[in-house]
Amino acid sequence: MKLVYFAWVRERVGKTDEQVEVPDGVLTVADLVRWLKGRGEEYEHAFENEGIVRAAIDHVHAKPEARITGAREIAFFPPMTGG
Amino acid sequence: MAFTIRIQAEPFDTAAETASLTGGRADIGAVVAFTGLCRDEGGRLAALELEHYPGMAEAEIGRIAAQAETRWPLLGLTIVHRFGRILPGDEIVLVLAASAHRQAAFEAAAFLMDYLKTHAPFWKREHLKDGTVGAWVEAKEADDRATERWGHAPA
Repeated sequence: MKLVYFAWVRERVGKTDEQVEVPDGVLTVADLVRWLKGRGEEYEHAFENEGIVRAAIDHVHAKPEARITGAREIAFFPPMTGG
Repeated sequence: MAFTIRIQAEPFDTAAETASLTGGRADIGAVVAFTGLCRDEGGRLAALELEHYPGMAEAEIGRIAAQAETRWPLLGLTIVHRFGRILPGDEIVLVLAASAHRQAAFEAAAFLMDYLKTHAPFWKREHLKDGTVGAWVEAKEADDRATERWGHAPA
């Protein structure tokens, strides 16, 4: 699946997007965050406060317990500040 | 009801957008227009940079607009949100809510703005007058509280 990052999450991860193959057992957004944090300190830094970073699955806001099975694109970003 | 939703870098013209919403119609009795502008934060700010999530921004604003339509008897909606570099004094966002009577138009415009601020995927960063890139603007708890007053959130 494709992962995309925005604002300071993008800056901390150091890329705008990437294609990943997630291992079996990574079923939810929270699982995905845990797996990403194990991939390097840039991810550790981006997700250091898991309560802050928001996620969307295929352009729809998603909670940590949301299932990611079959998702094409998962986004991570800070709380929104538009308007 | 058709919504007009646009995400664009270019400035917009509130009068032209209003004319396009109401032109040729006689059923609309009230249009409430909200325009959000870029402040200079006491002279500190050179510009705001707005990052957005293309695709999701349009989709999420569409969901928020659909939610407004189920709550109020609206006759038209226009939402324009800019991205990119925006200078102090320039416009950032436009919401036009049209209805037969003022109450629905006022409430729908307020609802739309509260949800846009907390749910539409846009992020602001400050560029300062001294030439440095400032911090990403932090989300305000007051905005979350303003959104919560509308009760159940759109999915």
